[in-house]
Amino acid sequence: MAEFILELQNVSRYFGSVIALKDINMQVKMGEVHCLLGDNGAGKSTLIKTLSGVHQPSEGVYLYEARPVRLNSPRDALDHGIATVYQDLALVPLMSVTRNFFMGREITKGWGPFKRFDLDNANRIAQQGLADIGIHVRDPEQAIGTMSGGERQCLAIARAIHFGAKVLILDEPTAALGVKQCANVLKVVAKARARGLAVILITHNVHHAYPIADRFTLLNRGRSLGTYLKSDVTREEVLGMMAGGAELEELEAELSEFSRADQNKVANA
Amino acid sequence: MSVTTPSAAAPAKAASENHDERLRQVSRLKRLLSRPELGSISGAILVFLFFAIVAGDSGMFAADGVLNWTTVSAQLGIIGIGACMLMIGGEFDLSIGSMIGFAGMMIAIPAVYWDWPVWLALMFAFSGALAIGFTNGFIVVKTGLPSFIVSLAFLFILRGLTIALSILFTNRTIVGGVHDRAEGDWLAAAFGGEIGGWLFAWLANIGLIGTYPNGDPLVSGIPMVIVWWMLLAIVCSWVLMRTKYGNWIFATGGDAKAAKNVGVPTDRVKISLFMFTAFCATVLAACQVLEFGSAAADRGLLKEFEAIIAAVIGGALLTGGYGSVVGACFGALIFGVVQMGINFAGFNSDWFRVFLGAMLLVAVLFNNYIRKRVTEAH
Repeated sequence: MAEFILELQNVSRYFGSVIALKDINMQVKMGEVHCLLGDNGAGKSTLIKTLSGVHQPSEGVYLYEARPVRLNSPRDALDHGIATVYQDLALVPLMSVTRNFFMGREITKGWGPFKRFDLDNANRIAQQGLADIGIHVRDPEQAIGTMSGGERQCLAIARAIHFGAKVLILDEPTAALGVKQCANVLKVVAKARARGLAVILITHNVHHAYPIADRFTLLNRGRSLGTYLKSDVTREEVLGMMAGGAELEELEAELSEFSRADQNKVANA
Repeated sequence: MSVTTPSAAAPAKAASENHDERLRQVSRLKRLLSRPELGSISGAILVFLFFAIVAGDSGMFAADGVLNWTTVSAQLGIIGIGACMLMIGGEFDLSIGSMIGFAGMMIAIPAVYWDWPVWLALMFAFSGALAIGFTNGFIVVKTGLPSFIVSLAFLFILRGLTIALSILFTNRTIVGGVHDRAEGDWLAAAFGGEIGGWLFAWLANIGLIGTYPNGDPLVSGIPMVIVWWMLLAIVCSWVLMRTKYGNWIFATGGDAKAAKNVGVPTDRVKISLFMFTAFCATVLAACQVLEFGSAAADRGLLKEFEAIIAAVIGGALLTGGYGSVVGACFGALIFGVVQMGINFAGFNSDWFRVFLGAMLLVAVLFNNYIRKRVTEAH
C-alpha cells in the first residue's frame, strides 16, 4: 500500500480569470489528522471541493492510493471512500437519530412488497456507531433537533465512518461551537484517527487545530505556504504564517492598549 | 474576579457533567406529548364526550347514526391521508377538490355517453388523475415554484375543464345513469358496493342493531368508502413509518437539500406524492359516482381545504417533515362527528364552520408548540 492515501501534485484551479488555487501540493496519510489552515478567502473551500469531487483540478494530478483519479462528482468521491462532512451536516432536525443516520441508505428486511426499513437493527447500529466514537445516546429515536451542535457534528462524522469512509474531510467542524462541544468534536476526530482513517480538518482556528493535528498545510491567497509536521513548528509560528505576522502584532498591541484602559478604569473607580 | 471565577466554574462544571443526562432523560409523558397524532386523538375523545352528553339519546350512536358520521369521516379521511402524506413531504395540493370533480366526470362521461364498460372508465380516470398529479408535481419540482401557486392554478384549470368538458360532451353539468351501467361490473363493486351484509343481517337477527318495519337491518353493510379509508390508513401509515420510502418522505419534507446531499431522490419522492394525492381524490370520486350513480361538475368544492385541515388537526406541520396518517384520520373523524353531530344535537348547522375554524386555529397553535419541543435544543 502506498504511503499516502491521497496526494495532490501541483494542483491548480481556475474560475475564468480567477486563480482560486495555484500549485497546491499536499499528502494525506492514513491514521493522520491533516489540518488545512487558512484565513477567509485563502482557498480552503475550493480546495476541499476539489478534494471531494465537486470541482476538478484545472491543472495538476490528484492521486488516490497512488493512482491518478478524476473525481467527477461527490458521489464519485464517496465511492472511493472520500466522505465530506459540510457545515450544514446534511441532517434533518425533525427526524430521529436513527432515521438521520440511515437517511438515503436505509437497511431493509423482508421481501417484495413487504420490504421494510429494519428499524430495530438500524437503532442498534446507529447507537453502536455513535458509542464507538464516544457519544452515548440512550434513545436513538429522539429527534436530533434536541441535540446540541457538537453532538450533531459527531453524528454526521459517525455516519460517514459507518458508511465506509477512508478519508474524512471535515469542513470547519468546530465553527459556532462552545468550548466543551469543541473538545467533544476533537475527541471524535482523534477516535477516527485511532481507527486508521485519514482526516482532513479545515479550520481557521489554530487553537482547535494545533492539539489534534499531525500535519499542517497552510493556505494563503490560493497558494500553499507549505506542509509542516507538528514537531517542526510551534503554534505561534503557525498562527503567524496563517494570518501574516504583522497584522497580528498590530492586533496584540491594540489589545494590550484595551486592557491598560480597563485597568485604569478599575483603578479610578 | 479572580476570587469569584472558581466558585462560579464549579457549579457550571457540575451542571455540564449532568447536562447530557438531563438532556436525554425524557419521561414517558413527554414522549407521548411529542407524538404528532396526540392532538387529534385527544380532540376526538373530547368531541365524542361532548356529543355523548348533548346528543346521546338522538340516535347518533345507534348503528345507522354511527354509519352516518363514519361515512362522512371516511370521505374526508381518504383525501386527508393524501394531503397529509404530501404535506409531510413538504408540499401542498390545492387542486384536490377540483380533482374530485374532474375524476368523477372522467368516470361518468365515458361510461354513460361513450358506452365504455365501467371498469375501463375507472381505469381511464385513475390513469388520467395520475398523469395530472405527475404534471402538478413535475412543474413544482422543475420550476421550484411554491406548490401553493402551482396547485392553485390547477384548482382553477381542473374545475374549469370539468364544467367546460362536461358541457361540451354532454351538454349538462350533472351526468347521471351510472348505476345501470355499473350493474355487475367487477371493478365498480370495489367502489360502490358494501361489504359485511351477512354480519349486519345476523346482528339484526339477534337484536343488536335495529331493523326497519320490513325486517331489514338499519345498516345493510359497510360502504366501500369506509373500507378504502381504513385500507389507505393502514397501508400509508405502514409505508410512512416502516419503509425506506417513508423515511425519504420525512427527509424530503424536513430538509430537501440535506436529503438530496445524502442521496435521497427528493424530486421523485415529491412527484410520486402529488400522484398519490390525485389517486386519493379519484378513489373518493369513484366511491361517490358509484354510490350516487352520477357525477356533478361542482363535486369536491372546497374539499382541498378540508383535507388540509384534517391533516393539520392530525399534527402535520405546514412546513413539512412532520405528521401522521393516523393523526389525519382522527382529524377527519373529528370533522365527520362534528358535522353530523350538530344535526343530531339539533344545533344550527351554521355553527359547524365556526367550530371548524376554531379547531384549526387551536390545532396549529398546539402543533407549533410541539414542533418547538421536538426541534429545539434545550
